[in-house]
Amino acid sequence: MGAALVSYRWELRKLRSLRRTYLGLGAAVAVPVIFAIAVTTQSSSPNDVAFGSYIHQTGLAIPLVLLLFGSAWMYPLIIALVAGDIVASEDHNGTLKTILTRGVDRGPLLAGKAMATVTYAVGAILASGVVAVIAGSAVSGLNPITTLSGQRVSAITGLGLVFASLGVYLIPILAIASIGLLLSTLTRNSTAAVVGTLMAALLFQLIGILPGLGALKPYLLSTQFSAWQGLLRTPIDWAPILRALWVCSLYAVPALITAGIVFVRRDVDGG
Amino acid sequence: MSVDDRQLRAVHAPIEVRDLVKRYGEIVAVDGVSLTVERGEVFGYLGPNGAGKTTSLRMMLGLIRPSAGSVRLFGRDPLLGIGALRGVAGFVEAPRFYPYLPGRANLELLAGLDRMGIGKTRIDEVLDVVELRDRAKDKVGGYSHGMRQRLGIAAALLRDPQLLLLDEPATGLDPAGMRDMRRLVRRLADGGITVMLSSHLLNEVDELCNRVAIVRNGRIVYEGTLANLKRTASGTWRLHTSDDERAAAVSAAQPGVVLGADDHDLGVSVTAENEQAIAALSVALVESGLGIIELHQHVASLEDLFFALTEQPETDVRQHARLMVAS
Repeated sequence: MGAALVSYRWELRKLRSLRRTYLGLGAAVAVPVIFAIAVTTQSSSPNDVAFGSYIHQTGLAIPLVLLLFGSAWMYPLIIALVAGDIVASEDHNGTLKTILTRGVDRGPLLAGKAMATVTYAVGAILASGVVAVIAGSAVSGLNPITTLSGQRVSAITGLGLVFASLGVYLIPILAIASIGLLLSTLTRNSTAAVVGTLMAALLFQLIGILPGLGALKPYLLSTQFSAWQGLLRTPIDWAPILRALWVCSLYAVPALITAGIVFVRRDVDGG
Repeated sequence: MSVDDRQLRAVHAPIEVRDLVKRYGEIVAVDGVSLTVERGEVFGYLGPNGAGKTTSLRMMLGLIRPSAGSVRLFGRDPLLGIGALRGVAGFVEAPRFYPYLPGRANLELLAGLDRMGIGKTRIDEVLDVVELRDRAKDKVGGYSHGMRQRLGIAAALLRDPQLLLLDEPATGLDPAGMRDMRRLVRRLADGGITVMLSSHLLNEVDELCNRVAIVRNGRIVYEGTLANLKRTASGTWRLHTSDDERAAAVSAAQPGVVLGADDHDLGVSVTAENEQAIAALSVALVESGLGIIELHQHVASLEDLFFALTEQPETDVRQHARLMVAS
């Protein structure tokens, strides 16, 4: 594990020096702020979305509405930006051959990259959520929130539920990150991998709305982006969350294993 | 270094390559290369562009998988893991770094990945060796080709290698840069590092290497010292005596010597099996009452030999090579 941690540490260092990291994180925190400002200028509410009608009553509704809006393409894009680049950029810079002749084997090297991607994804979602809570509270107040079962919970309980929801939201986010890592390894091209990851996320949604394919819906990655809503029922509905866990694993684990096998066995010809 | 390491290193040659093959579909980039690089050697891997030098080196460093054959570095197979590269460092093609990080940060990163506890002082040392210390804070993106090349050497030296694999280290450098690179390699070799360096430049290899392998289309057409290549390929001698007509007759009768076609207006051209045959011929000439005015080996330039080996039709080359290897 030591070797993977060495790789992880240096991947973080590289991410800190890359513009795209700040582009992604910047978008993750800028969008909630813009959304909160938009809320103050509008008197109406997006009533067709869960919690949409509460955005003027409590700031806690704002991160929840963002999670729903952001799942379409914003958060997948923010994640893909780094996940799709993290292996392919080594191909682009020709640095794969440089780092593969040092003291860390290919497996741990990729593991470090995967861990760095997860760190970035968790950071982006968390930062987005925290900023959304702060900006939302600033415009609508840190007030009690009504759950999907119609029960009113205190602001403190609501805050806990919002952060727990962010945690559940990370399940499909990390599956997207795994797909990004796989495409980054396969395509050896950053742009192709980023766009490909986003296309994959959009494709799941497309399948989800196609008529006649309703039976597939519970097993689509896009569906798992609303699993967190189980937390906002009384009593808590764990079924969608558990399903999100195993469905997302079905996508993430094969993607990571394939990425690993390809990365370990591939010829490093370029650079 | 563990005891195990030291034992491996004492027993095994730095590089042992056996019947190495790399195919890309129909194309055979490396076609049955076998070679051994002994401790302390500066071994030149010489051949024109596209001869399969870089592909061979990539296989030696474990970057690509051979289609057949094997590589052993100090007895270890680089395919089985990064442990085989302990004590080994180098680069293939132009060394590459993260352009958005400073030179020093790049070295720190690689030192970290080496997991050998390489400290800041060692990084300073290698930066001094390649004379990059004053530019170490600048991003690599702004480095010249020569500076990157030197940073590549610095990155290799960080590992304190016993074996250095360098792919065309002087390519793309200006004349002063090439001279500096040659000096650097020479200094490292004098310090006891075994070096394998590939090149398509004959004079570079001639100056630096004790032994060479000349490759063509993925195959080794000559392996040995350049001096030997010069010597064995130049069994032709020029002879000029007080009476060249009689000298020609004496030469024709001398065992081990063949009279060459007389293409000069002055003197006789002979081909000898070896130097003893020439010595015997000179005695025979003197005993026949002839005064030797001139007897010297006709030295083919290395360049001629190199082109002969790498550009002639292949069947000729193979015969030529067999002849030379045999002699």
